[in-house]
Amino acid sequence: MSNFNNRRYMGRRLTNAFTIGLSVVTVVFALTFLVWILWTLFSNGLSYLSMDVFTKNTPPPGNSGGLLNAITGSLYMVTVATLIGTPIGIMAGTYLAEFGKDGWLAPATRFINDILLSAPSIVIGLFVYEVAVHRIGHFSGWAGAIALSLIVLPVVVRTTENMLQLVPSNLREAASALGSPQWKVVTMVVYRAARAGMLTGLLLAVARISGETAPLLFTALNNQFFSADLNGPMASLAVVIFQFAMSPYEDWQHLAWAGALLITLFVLGLNILARFVFRPGPASN
Amino acid sequence: MSTQTLTPKLSTHDLNFYYGKFHALKNISLSIPSGKVTAFIGPSGCGKSTLLRTFNRMYELYPKLRAEGEIHLDGQNILDPSQDLNLLRARIGMVFQKPTPFPMSIYDNVAYGIKLYERLPKFEMDQRVEWALKKAALWNEVKDKLNQNGASLSGGQQQRLCIARGIAVKPDVLLLDEPCSALDPISTARIEELINELKSDYTIVIVTHNMQQAARVSDYTAYMYLGELIEYGDTDKIFTNPTRKETEDYITGKFG
Ligand SMILES: Nc1ncnc2c1ncn2[C@@H]1O[C@H](COP(=O)(O)OP(=O)(O)OP(=O)(O)O)[C@@H](O)[C@H]1O
Ligand SMILES: [Mg+2]
Repeated sequence: MSNFNNRRYMGRRLTNAFTIGLSVVTVVFALTFLVWILWTLFSNGLSYLSMDVFTKNTPPPGNSGGLLNAITGSLYMVTVATLIGTPIGIMAGTYLAEFGKDGWLAPATRFINDILLSAPSIVIGLFVYEVAVHRIGHFSGWAGAIALSLIVLPVVVRTTENMLQLVPSNLREAASALGSPQWKVVTMVVYRAARAGMLTGLLLAVARISGETAPLLFTALNNQFFSADLNGPMASLAVVIFQFAMSPYEDWQHLAWAGALLITLFVLGLNILARFVFRPGPASN
Repeated sequence: MSTQTLTPKLSTHDLNFYYGKFHALKNISLSIPSGKVTAFIGPSGCGKSTLLRTFNRMYELYPKLRAEGEIHLDGQNILDPSQDLNLLRARIGMVFQKPTPFPMSIYDNVAYGIKLYERLPKFEMDQRVEWALKKAALWNEVKDKLNQNGASLSGGQQQRLCIARGIAVKPDVLLLDEPCSALDPISTARIEELINELKSDYTIVIVTHNMQQAARVSDYTAYMYLGELIEYGDTDKIFTNPTRKETEDYITGKFG
């Protein structure tokens, strides 16, 4: 056909080729750095990842040791933070999506939550330092967990609200039409429909706090020894990496690489799990 | 009208409905007889669904929607705010245009509504679920996979599941809003058969765009246009000898 050669068509083909080319270049650019980061981590960290890392505590300078206290400290604080942030976040998100239809409370909450969501984590650390650490007089695992929970909270609020909004309203109507009170509609029908999305949001929130350093520096600080006492200072992977990587001691630097690799693997695992969970389909029940 | 001589199950008196400022139903007064099938027909946007959704106050899920006038169910005004909304809805089942299976097993879909108002021992619950699925002509197809997710059924099966779910709670009235519009002819025929069977126990109100369907399944037909009730009476009479010119034009396809 003659109009395959006309100028508008050729122009469109050119634009098309140009756009695709540009997209490919940016993808390659982004991937390069990602692969580079992973490569550096693996090549530096993998050789230092031994059994000792999981069984020995952080050593004094010049000695060999492991990261046991940092790993358990991180696990403790991340778990407690998740246990505090999740129920509050889910309830607040549910209020925003299901109950606060009219009135000023929901818009105000949403606005404040957005601010919290974008607040720099160092500010949150400083805040918890001021209201908890400073008043009580010492650093503690609790303070660290609270700081982390303040980071989890807005993420869970936001994902819960968004995921509940995705649930079609005719499902709510169908449940209400049976004479179901609203709280039962929400807990027994809507939550089930939104379950995968809400869980994904939670996993991503956990991934986010596992690598947070700034809020822990002000709150849980660090602990050279193993400690399961949330009332005292507590080690965490992020803070130990920060301290060890900056140190002049080689043993410490090696452990910092191993720790960095561990966090990355953990976060990667969570992301893959989130992907897996979120895959919809008839088998997703 | 002949419907007036029968015991009314549901009746509206000067019912007006507003979506914010939009006046969607205008002075509707009609009475729906007990144990019969009543069809609402009319061009798209004339207010059929709106009228149906006032009967279980479904509109109250959304802000700014408002009904004025009276609707009586067995003589009691259900628009009275002191009426318990959930108890009212338990007495009036509803099936929607698109199937809405809950994200749970077939069994739990049916049991959900029963559990809201009755505490049955496992054995009786099983029986009730089976009874409802049989009534909805779905039992034979699902009896071996009651634990499968409701969403795994075909569209027509899902719609029958929704009907089973609706009748499992033993309501007095069943509201059907274009229940067959997403279904193939075989599933449609199935559901029409079902309506015929169910009408001995329930008062059924059905909205449909399909004239033949209205003629086949209903005893009474109401023709609506632009939020007004134009004509209401015996289905046979409406389809063969309507009083109003507008009704005739719509039914014969000159308009609509
Ligand atoms: N949520 C809403 N907000 C505002 N107006 C609405 C809303 N829902 C329906 N309407 C209006 O109310 C009128 C009646 O709508 P309704 O859904 O009852 O029509 P219907 O007869 O069921 O049409 P259809 O056959 O297409 O389903 C229409 O003019 C429609 O635009
Ligand atoms: Mg409609």
